[in-house]
Amino acid sequence: MLARLGLEPGEEEFYSEQLSSILEHIDRLQQLDTETIAPTAQVVEVSNPLREDVPRPGLTQEDALANAPAAVNGMFRVPSIQEET
Amino acid sequence: MIDLTELTIKDAARLLRLGSVSAADLVTAHVERIERLDRHVKAFLRFTPELWERQAEEADRKLRAGDAGPLTGIPMAVKDVLCVRGVETTAGSQILRGFKPPYTGTAVSRLFEAGALMLGVTNCDEFALGSSTENSGYFPTHNPWDVDRVPGGSSGGSAAAVAAGEAIFALGTDTGGSIRQPAALCGVVGMKPTYGRVSRYGLIAFASSLDQIGPFTRSVDDAALVLSVMAGNDPLDATSSERSGGEVLNNYGAGVKGMRLGVPREYYDVQGIEPGVKAAIDQAIKVLRDQGAEIVDVSLPHTDYGLAAYYIIAPAECSSNLARFDGVRYGMSEVDAPNITEAYMRTRRKGFGAEVRRRVMLGTYALSSGYYDAYYLKAQKVRTLIKRDFDQAFERCDAVISATSPTVAFPLGAKTQDPLSMYLCDVLTLGGNLAGLPGISVPCGMSEGLPVGLQVLGPQWGENLVLRVARAYEQASGVKAEVASFA
Amino acid sequence: MPDGWDVVIGMEVHVQPRTRTKMFCGCAVAPLNAAPNSYVCEICLGLPGTLPVINKAAVEACLKSALALSCEIPRHTKFDRKNYMYPDLPKGYQISQYDLPMSVNGHLELNGRKIRIRRVHLEEDTGKLVHAGDKLHKAWESFVDLNRAGVPLMEIVTEPDLRSADEARDYAMELRTLLRMIGVSEADMEKGQLRAEANVSVNREGSSELGVKTELKNINSFRALHRAILYEVDRQTKLIESGGAVEQETRGWSEAEQRTFSQRSKEFAEDYRYFPEPDLPPLEIDPDWVEDLRRTLPELPGARRTRLTSQHGLSAAQVAVIGGDRDLADLYEGAVAQGAPTQPTANWIVNEVAPTGKLLAPQHLAELMQMMGRDAISRDQAREVMPIQRPWPTTEAGRSRRCRH
Repeated sequence: MLARLGLEPGEEEFYSEQLSSILEHIDRLQQLDTETIAPTAQVVEVSNPLREDVPRPGLTQEDALANAPAAVNGMFRVPSIQEET
Repeated sequence: MIDLTELTIKDAARLLRLGSVSAADLVTAHVERIERLDRHVKAFLRFTPELWERQAEEADRKLRAGDAGPLTGIPMAVKDVLCVRGVETTAGSQILRGFKPPYTGTAVSRLFEAGALMLGVTNCDEFALGSSTENSGYFPTHNPWDVDRVPGGSSGGSAAAVAAGEAIFALGTDTGGSIRQPAALCGVVGMKPTYGRVSRYGLIAFASSLDQIGPFTRSVDDAALVLSVMAGNDPLDATSSERSGGEVLNNYGAGVKGMRLGVPREYYDVQGIEPGVKAAIDQAIKVLRDQGAEIVDVSLPHTDYGLAAYYIIAPAECSSNLARFDGVRYGMSEVDAPNITEAYMRTRRKGFGAEVRRRVMLGTYALSSGYYDAYYLKAQKVRTLIKRDFDQAFERCDAVISATSPTVAFPLGAKTQDPLSMYLCDVLTLGGNLAGLPGISVPCGMSEGLPVGLQVLGPQWGENLVLRVARAYEQASGVKAEVASFA
Repeated sequence: MPDGWDVVIGMEVHVQPRTRTKMFCGCAVAPLNAAPNSYVCEICLGLPGTLPVINKAAVEACLKSALALSCEIPRHTKFDRKNYMYPDLPKGYQISQYDLPMSVNGHLELNGRKIRIRRVHLEEDTGKLVHAGDKLHKAWESFVDLNRAGVPLMEIVTEPDLRSADEARDYAMELRTLLRMIGVSEADMEKGQLRAEANVSVNREGSSELGVKTELKNINSFRALHRAILYEVDRQTKLIESGGAVEQETRGWSEAEQRTFSQRSKEFAEDYRYFPEPDLPPLEIDPDWVEDLRRTLPELPGARRTRLTSQHGLSAAQVAVIGGDRDLADLYEGAVAQGAPTQPTANWIVNEVAPTGKLLAPQHLAELMQMMGRDAISRDQAREVMPIQRPWPTTEAGRSRRCRH
């Protein structure tokens, strides 16, 4: 649901069957004791990559909307935004 | 008569400078070959005459003026995950059909500036998820050495294009082996740089902490040249290194005499390695030893956990990176659905293929609250252990060598029903991505009439060491990346 | 506040720091009323292949704000992805900070009480949605303008230390004063540069058990903040008194109807699947950098008020007016430095300058006060000859706000 993939009922089973063999393989990680190990989110060390606050040319409205499936009055059009219930 | 489609960059550049051929001649030769062969290979998704015509003219003008850069007039092919301004770029996915980026990524820009010209966009697994190019949202690519077999993946189109003589070099991306494995299966040179060496700006992300752009070429020298042009800091990529790109070339022609090369026993005896592949690697080790390298035994004890860690980290990042494909600003869209949630569902159901769904589901699961610690955090810790394995190995040697892929190219359809068997294709390459290492695959002979690749992995920022070993092997063995002999 | 009940309020305030460009790309921050999607680039549109790079000025603004709020600034901080799909969020995730924010554990002094600040962190803003039709649930379609997408935001979160609607409003106003004084933001609520959300719960007086909280959104002014909390406290206490139970949910404030309404209940709360942003290396905050920034801070309102009380002997009422505004405090201290007497000058500013908005130069005020002291002129005459140097407050936003107070 979170991923908004739009699966249909039969498919969910098909995928969960395939995923279960992968998850089974993945479960071997639980054999490792990693209590004292720090996680790696970034594998190489890079110094502080800050950007100066200087404007750089952007896109025109026309270019920004050039790939839009639906654009109206300079804006992207989307269907009604309803709360999920 | 020289066949202009079988040249290395070096040789082509020499002919161009001598004036014996023009950039236009090179383009014509490649276009003719593509017209003849690509219906069998299907390496290209689309062609870019609007670029090559202008670029070839410009190249010939510069050549006449004696103002040529290192790649002036050299035709290349670009994987469908690298954004080029005005050129339809779809990451091998239907969901991006028709998308024309308003900008060009850094790596391609640098190659354009160095004079390279673009023939077209090559096929790949959808969003680079796969090891056979069968997951393309368009069609599978075939191995030029045997068109009933896969070219490897995910950069299968680029590897096949170079192997089939359809481009002098090509760009790929490597997240778990997606350059090195298809290079091995297609008998060409393929290189993945250290994470951070080449800017990822313009690369449609699969797994941001693992992705790198690299070249497919017909020689190690060519790989070194293309890499040196693309490498170096980019202010648009915060993970790109400050190091100069030129350092990848440091002393790489020096030969292996006196170098220590590690053979990781877990890689040497990896499960499922084919005898013919092993024999080719044994032969390669012998060649390197004969050249004066010292061969040492090393161990990468957490190898068995690499695949599991990779198949958490990569899908997790992927699930997040692919959330932007929502049909609002670009690409396929079901904008007339009754509400936004339904529009998301319908767009993504139509636009994404099976493997993308599998990974997005897996990644979403691994990041969800309640599972984060057991999966994502655990995988990141195991990533630390895998990196440590390599750090310890590199205390004992300058580079490690192994097969690139446990098998030669397999028949189309052989693994599509069993995702885990497909994932195991990357077992020798994904450690390099988890640890951020530079790696190369060079052809090292044949098994059952199909190419075998030798993988060289070096410590972070040790591209020059990796290139040095690969070049020494290439020179001494006489095994060259050949254009596939086509019936 | 209702008899027999304790009110517990925590605030989350989003403030747009004054920067020229967006949080993670070089797009200029759009002026008000810019044409839609005209201040965007491939990065803030979330086009495939693009990457974020952190704006140094936004980091500095956040650090200065954190220092002004007496926060601790850890050496290591990082950005995380907050994942959810919504049409105003181009990448399908917001780059924010989760478990290692830029700063933690500060406080803001409010009427002599310390309101604890849990954290101040940086993130990026979303775009704007325009709905066709009057009410959200009847709209057939919506339109997306991404000019605002990627604009920097500081999120300032308190502990649940506020005890009334008055106090919550005063906190927000004091925060605005502080952020303006240190120059990091205009913090103008009408322009959306300061957005306040309040977490409100009630419990029986003296009970140690905390009530169930609701989160109030869509608040566009200090007055709305005050009224929304009053309304919500009333709603919650009546609900409990009539045997009901408060549901944990997000509630919007309707300015038109002067009431809160349910927007999203907790059972539909999204799992944001936070994880470290792989496109941004962790940020190392050099203590020398922090010290350099600290030295650029002016005297903070709290410190100035203390000084006005202890050194000048001003009353609480005088300090409330003069100490709450940099222009008035500068005028007061400037005049006194040039020989004006403390009490008459303070009274004059409170009674003649603040209500009329007629700001004059310190030396002129000092002369006037001295002449009045010698009985050379009367109060009425002084009022007439008071030479106005410039209107007060000095910003346009401040002037329009002042008219309504």
